[in-house]
Parts: sequence; C-alpha cells; structure tokens
Amino acid sequence: MENELVAGPSLGAYLTVAGILFAIGVAGIFLNRKNVIIILMSIELMLLAVNINFVAFSMFLQDLVGQVFAFMVLTVAAAEAAIGLAILVTFFRNRGDIAVTSANTMRN
Amino acid sequence: MGFADISFIVFAVFTVVSGLGVILAKNPVHSVLMLILAFISTAGLFVLMGAEYLAFLLVVVYVGAVAVLFLFVVMMLDVDFAELRADYMRYAPLGGLVAVALVVQIGLMVANWQIPDEALAARQAPTEVIRTVTDAEVGNAEQLGMVLYTRYVHFFQIAGLILLVAMIGAITLTFRERRGIKVQDVGKQVGRRREDAVEVVSVPTGRGI
Repeated sequence: MENELVAGPSLGAYLTVAGILFAIGVAGIFLNRKNVIIILMSIELMLLAVNINFVAFSMFLQDLVGQVFAFMVLTVAAAEAAIGLAILVTFFRNRGDIAVTSANTMRN
Repeated sequence: MGFADISFIVFAVFTVVSGLGVILAKNPVHSVLMLILAFISTAGLFVLMGAEYLAFLLVVVYVGAVAVLFLFVVMMLDVDFAELRADYMRYAPLGGLVAVALVVQIGLMVANWQIPDEALAARQAPTEVIRTVTDAEVGNAEQLGMVLYTRYVHFFQIAGLILLVAMIGAITLTFRERRGIKVQDVGKQVGRRREDAVEVVSVPTGRGI
C-alpha cells in the first residue's frame, strides 16, 4: 500500500495545487467585491484548498486523522454555505439587490 | 511518468482552471458550473490520494447539495449581474498582487520545507488506534468509520449539532409569516355543529320570509 502511494505525485505537488487554489479564492474575493454569491463561492474554493492540504498530509503520514479533520471542514463549509445563502436571500428580499457596497445600514 | 502522475496533472490542471473560471466568469451560472467542475476534479485528486470516502462525500455533499443550492439562489434572485461587475477591474491589481504574493510564499514554503524526522517516524509508526486500522485489509470508508465512531465520536456528534444549528438558522432566516391569506382551519371545520350552521325556518304558505 505504501509503495503504491509513494510512486504517485509527491506531497509538494499536492500542496502546490492547494496553494494555487487558495490564492485563486483570495483573488476572487478582491475581483468580485460587489457580488456576494461569487464571494461565497470563493470561500468554498479556499475551504476546498484547505481540505486538499489535510488529505495530502493524511496520505503522506499514513494517518487517518487528517481525513477526519477534512470531514469536519466539509461539515462547517456546508453549514456556512447554507447560512450565507439564507442571509443573502433575506437581504435581497429586504433591499432588492445584493450589492455588498449598499450594505452599510449599520455604518450610516 | 506513471499513470498516477498523468492523472494528477489532469485533475490538478482542471481544478486550477475551473477555479479561475469561478472567479472570472461573466455569468454567475457559469461560475457555479465551474465550481461543480472544480469539486469533481478535487474529488479525483482525493481518489488519487487514497481518500475515496471523502471523494464520494465531496461529490454527494458539495456537487449534490451546496452547488445546487448556489444554482438555485443564482437563478432565483432577479439581479442585474452586469451592474455588479461594473468596476470589476478596479481591484484587479490589488487582488492579483495578493494572489501572486500568496502563491510565491506558499511556493517558497513548499520548496524550502524539510520533512522532519519525527514526521517520518510517525509515518513508520502511527498512533495505536490508527495503525490497527490501517493494518487491516479494509477500505478507506471502513477505516474512517472505525476511527470516526470510536475515537472521534464526540467530534462527529458536534458536527451533527453544527448542521442542525445551520438548518434551524437557515429556516429561521428565510421563514416569513404571511398575513391576510385564506387558510383552511381543520379544527374549526371539524368542530362545526349542525345547530350552529343550519337554521330551520318554517315559512308560512304564500307569504315568504
């Protein structure tokens, strides 16, 4: 089992993919500053990158705990998406648009 | 270069390209579809890493539930998405700078990182519970179950509680009581008696009421 895993791509390769995906998520938040839906999707991408890291280390260390942790991250990501979209729908119902820049009632 | 390496390159390229598609697509529906592609590609990466159960979970939970939820919301909200993209490029330099800085930093970290001896030792001899699990000739899902339901059962319960709270929160946020609409009241209907509803009037002949 170990040999077959070692023969594949190295840990660094997985970490690099996860890093790039995380950076894409961060850039997405900057680019789509006004569109909350895309921001939520960017956050999902970042959590996905974190999960790749956890599973990569779980594979490398032959330790299942990384996968258990990834499981928890998955749960929290699903909960976050549900709550975020519910807030979004409520916001749209009250304001008629979803522009984040118009969400300044607390400030004014 | 073995089959695993080629598969890795294919899945990794698809993950990164679809990730870029999510943040660059003009139409949010395309963004969601790209997100689904990213999830499926990552599930492929998980299979390559030997985490089949998480790969299944990613397809079922993310593609089946979360992405479809996004799709519903995107299609349901009547928003002028072109207007939201009006000053799209305004923060592009800053966002690009942050992203490039992140990639460079992570790349430096990965490149300069030495695997400590303790990690190699831990790899040779994992913790007691884990070793007994991985030694057995069982699949990834069964291994994960054996750990999740015993050693990490409290975490598992807390995860369920988080989902419950999220569900209640989402329902509470979006629930609205509609007033002034006609609703059937079953109790009232059943509790209705003949004496309340029917009045027997004896009408004298030729006079009417």
